[in-house]
Amino acid sequence: MNKVVANAEEAVKDIMDGAVLMLGGFGLCGIPENSIAALVRKGVKNLTCISNNAGVDDFGIGLMLKQKQVKKMISSYVGENAEFERQLLSGELEVELIPQGTLATRCLAAGYGMPAVFTPAGAGTEVAAGKETRNFNGKDYLLESAFEADFAIVKAWKGDTLGNLIYRETARNFNPLMAMAGKTTIAEVEKLVEPGELDPNIIHTPGIYVHRIFEGINYEKRIEQRTVRKYK
Amino acid sequence: MALSKEQIAQRIAKELRDGYYVNLGIGIPTLVANYIPEGINVVLQSENGLLGMGPFPPEGEEDPDLINAGKQTITTVPGSAFFDSAMSFGMIRAGKVDLTVLGAMEVSENGDIANWKIPGKMVKGMGGAMDLVASANNIIVAMMHTNPKGESKLLPQCSLPLTGVKCVKKIVSDLAVLDVTPRGFKLLERAPGVSVEEIKNKTLGKMIVEGDVPEMEV
Repeated sequence: MNKVVANAEEAVKDIMDGAVLMLGGFGLCGIPENSIAALVRKGVKNLTCISNNAGVDDFGIGLMLKQKQVKKMISSYVGENAEFERQLLSGELEVELIPQGTLATRCLAAGYGMPAVFTPAGAGTEVAAGKETRNFNGKDYLLESAFEADFAIVKAWKGDTLGNLIYRETARNFNPLMAMAGKTTIAEVEKLVEPGELDPNIIHTPGIYVHRIFEGINYEKRIEQRTVRKYK
Repeated sequence: MALSKEQIAQRIAKELRDGYYVNLGIGIPTLVANYIPEGINVVLQSENGLLGMGPFPPEGEEDPDLINAGKQTITTVPGSAFFDSAMSFGMIRAGKVDLTVLGAMEVSENGDIANWKIPGKMVKGMGGAMDLVASANNIIVAMMHTNPKGESKLLPQCSLPLTGVKCVKKIVSDLAVLDVTPRGFKLLERAPGVSVEEIKNKTLGKMIVEGDVPEMEV
């Protein structure tokens, strides 16, 4: 079993035009920076990207938007990105907005082998249009399908060569869910270690879900909203 | 005098009870964390995956891996826990969060809320708002009583696309505290120096006034 690839280029080399991708991260926190950069260099187009957000103008998925590589975004919140707004208003980009918890749960369903789940988010709103609504114990729920993605691309803090992953702080967010949900899952990690070096008690993503892994370089980890307090 | 945003937050903080798990939305709701009453311990949930959110970090100690749902750098408090987004919305959906405070563009007299979309304007998305309002048992809306044009935000029916239906329990505005009841908005308290008449004039939805309405203590 060899899951280790040399770098981001090798990890994304068979991602072709028209692929459906899941990209981990919340805002710019915990995004797969190296893989996004490699996809930008590769220039692959007509991508469908499932990701909570769409980056900012010059970082994250924003870099792919700038190169017009994205055909469709499936996200819960897409503010903070002027180029995104321009492409959306001009009709170059298709966007499907879905509730954040629904996004997470549709990843979870895929990773757990469940074709669909019922969730109350959006019942009675325009999100419910075209979906089966069912009442359980007096409350309405929408039937939401599991995502189907060709590739899930996630970022972890530490990983071993068998693909076991550990995330750090709130950089966990959607990463473990998407890791479970891709037909092929690519993990980039800040530190790649040998099997046995990670405590099995604290693995977040078991290696069975991960197909390719590499140690990323030059992480920028850009902060979107730097907020500090005045007192100590 | 109408309340400032800080005073709205201060008034909402009085609804906190010891041991509550609380989710605070972006804007005025975030300010509630600054007014947690003495002797009351609450745990703040940040829906990007944290229980036990602390204040902003001191300068130089910002950690890019540690942010809140508004993407701001934050800290943790002792006893905090991280989790993924599915578990985060799982605990929200399962009703484990005791109190949710969020902003709104409109609230209707039956508790519908609209706060994510204005047709014709750039739509940024609902984020976690639809999940929160669909599942939380106890939702307080923090908002201005009227919009910048001076029009009431408390309506018979929402005119904007809905975020959730029949979910808001209480509203704290710059003018009043109101409960959402099966009979409409029930006026509980008024801002210091603001008359019942003024609140009535600025509330388009059905409003019930019973007996003397006390002034808020802020």
